[in-house]
Amino acid sequence: MNGSRIRSYFVAFAKGYIRNPVGLFFTLIFPIILILIFGAVFANSGSVTVPLYVENLDHNSPASVAFLAALNSTGAVRVDVISPTAGNLSTYLAKNSETAGLVIPDGFQAALVNRTHVNVVVFTNPSAASEAGIVIGAVTGVENAFNLEEAKGSVIVSSSYLNVGSRIYTYIDYLIPGLIGFSILTSPMFSMVNISSTWKRDKLFRQLSLTPLTRAEWLTAAMLWYVLLAIVAALVMIFVGRSVFGAHVSVVAWMFPFLVAGPVLFVSVGLIAGSVSKTPETAAVIGNVILFPMMFLSGTFFPVSSFPAYLQTVAHILPLYYVIEGLNNGILFANGAGALQDLIVVVVVATVLFLVAISVFSWREN
Amino acid sequence: MTAAVEVEKLVKTYGSVRAVDGIDFTIETGEVFAFLGPNGAGKTTTVEILEGIRPSTSGQVRVMGRDPWKEGRELQRKIGVIPQDFHFFPKLNSREAIDLYAGLFGVPSRAKELLDRVELSDKADALFENLSGGQKQKLGLALALVNDPQLCFLDEPTTGLDPRARRAIWAVIRGLKAEGRTVFLTTHYLEEAQLLADRIAIINLGHIIAAGAPSEIINRYGRPERLRIVADPALAEPLRRQLGLPVDVQNGAISVELHAKGDALKVLSWVESSGYSYSSFSTAQDTLEDVFIRLVGVSDHSALDLAPEGDSA
Repeated sequence: MNGSRIRSYFVAFAKGYIRNPVGLFFTLIFPIILILIFGAVFANSGSVTVPLYVENLDHNSPASVAFLAALNSTGAVRVDVISPTAGNLSTYLAKNSETAGLVIPDGFQAALVNRTHVNVVVFTNPSAASEAGIVIGAVTGVENAFNLEEAKGSVIVSSSYLNVGSRIYTYIDYLIPGLIGFSILTSPMFSMVNISSTWKRDKLFRQLSLTPLTRAEWLTAAMLWYVLLAIVAALVMIFVGRSVFGAHVSVVAWMFPFLVAGPVLFVSVGLIAGSVSKTPETAAVIGNVILFPMMFLSGTFFPVSSFPAYLQTVAHILPLYYVIEGLNNGILFANGAGALQDLIVVVVVATVLFLVAISVFSWREN
Repeated sequence: MTAAVEVEKLVKTYGSVRAVDGIDFTIETGEVFAFLGPNGAGKTTTVEILEGIRPSTSGQVRVMGRDPWKEGRELQRKIGVIPQDFHFFPKLNSREAIDLYAGLFGVPSRAKELLDRVELSDKADALFENLSGGQKQKLGLALALVNDPQLCFLDEPTTGLDPRARRAIWAVIRGLKAEGRTVFLTTHYLEEAQLLADRIAIINLGHIIAAGAPSEIINRYGRPERLRIVADPALAEPLRRQLGLPVDVQNGAISVELHAKGDALKVLSWVESSGYSYSSFSTAQDTLEDVFIRLVGVSDHSALDLAPEGDSA
């Protein structure tokens, strides 16, 4: 690896990209247009509500009913009381592909009256970290309200505490990380599918192979460019989201690993699609077949938790889902542990696909 | 002189097709060597093997003392290449293209000097996508010279160029030779090979069917000099009978093969004294093109290398 060759090629690659209005449009302008359109359409649609399945083992005591009503009124969760199950609630949730549940124990009201400790049990799905964050935030908020009510007899104080403690996320808050993910996906994918197929046709790889530039240096320069593009696109989207729609998104350290690993992953996917295609036309078809389902099913435009169960299952096998989930965890929920989990998935998949791409992509001909 | 390129029993097969079938040749340092052949003859395959971008099936190849496939990276720093049907990055201008190459080769950029040399200075700021076919080829040639190579592979460098641009490229090739560089030239312009090359090899169906200096090839494979008389075709038969020379009638003219220096005079004296009338006469000698056409067995120009050669050969 030679730094000055990477720099020389990076400069040329960047110039080529910047001078191509189509590429720049899809990287920077198109996501902004999507933010403006979707933001305008869904700005008043209210918060994202997570279904919360509740087993009330306290026999619908007034205190437990009040607790659930308070939870429901946060708007963050939609309480759905189910009959106590023969097995445990966790099994029920898994069986029905639901992400969140709550058990109110027998003796809940008695404990409140006697001011003894009582524990409600919250079930969340680690793979749906954003929904988990919402549920935990809402339950903790209501618990605090109840505790405060018992201590001071004032419900008003608990309400304000609830609003601070569990932020209610709006559609635009989800849209920004989703579209950052969209940008991480489309730009490298479209470009690499196009490059790896048309450059093969135009013998540009052969041309480069006659210089000291190595394949690894070429890929490094291209990836650096897409990482830079992803970072610029993310910053612009966060700025537009905040300034136009008041989105609760900000620049956080956790988003950067995804802005590096994401482009590496999708550069590799694009390179594989372009390399295995005989013609640029086939490459474009393969690219679209990969791109469109991933774009719509990974939580780009709508949270995956709002999908039907079977589509949620599909989403979980798409790498973009983990990029967007990780960005949500990082940007929205400050959930480092969740983001790390997503990052591990992205890095592992990126590494595997990168190795596959390197093995199928050749610029010498046999 | 040491050999810049040595090729022995080189074979390249694609499945059951033997694109290059056991060829041998040597290129001495400092000479211009032209490689001629019809479409699919194996020219580009051979060039790409020499450049180190395609492996051979068997045989020995040494380019500047190196095995091009195994030591391609070291070799490619020392050679200059303009591939057939040269393409480059559409959104880079000519100067930037040379700067890029200079950066990749780790040498100072001589954009102005190289663009001057190929007469492309006026297009220094033009994007590659806006250059004409001839200008693209000129840029390709300038790029091939960025690393100051001692051996240049020019794969049909003048294809598609107008006569003026072609002559400009010829001047560059002559300049390369004058500087002591070795040039491996493939071309379908036989006139170009005859004008520029010290030695020529003609390849057909994967075999080299003729090699040597252009004049040697013409002498060895060309027909003898002929006297062409535009006259009544009835003259042919008595001429053949009286003088014992091969006589042929083509396109309304009588062609007599001349075997000895005095044959032309003998023929003309006999015609004068025979009373037959004739309108004109001239002598004709085979050109490299005539020889080429005879050797590769094609009778019209369209079968020559007028279209880019496919990958598979």
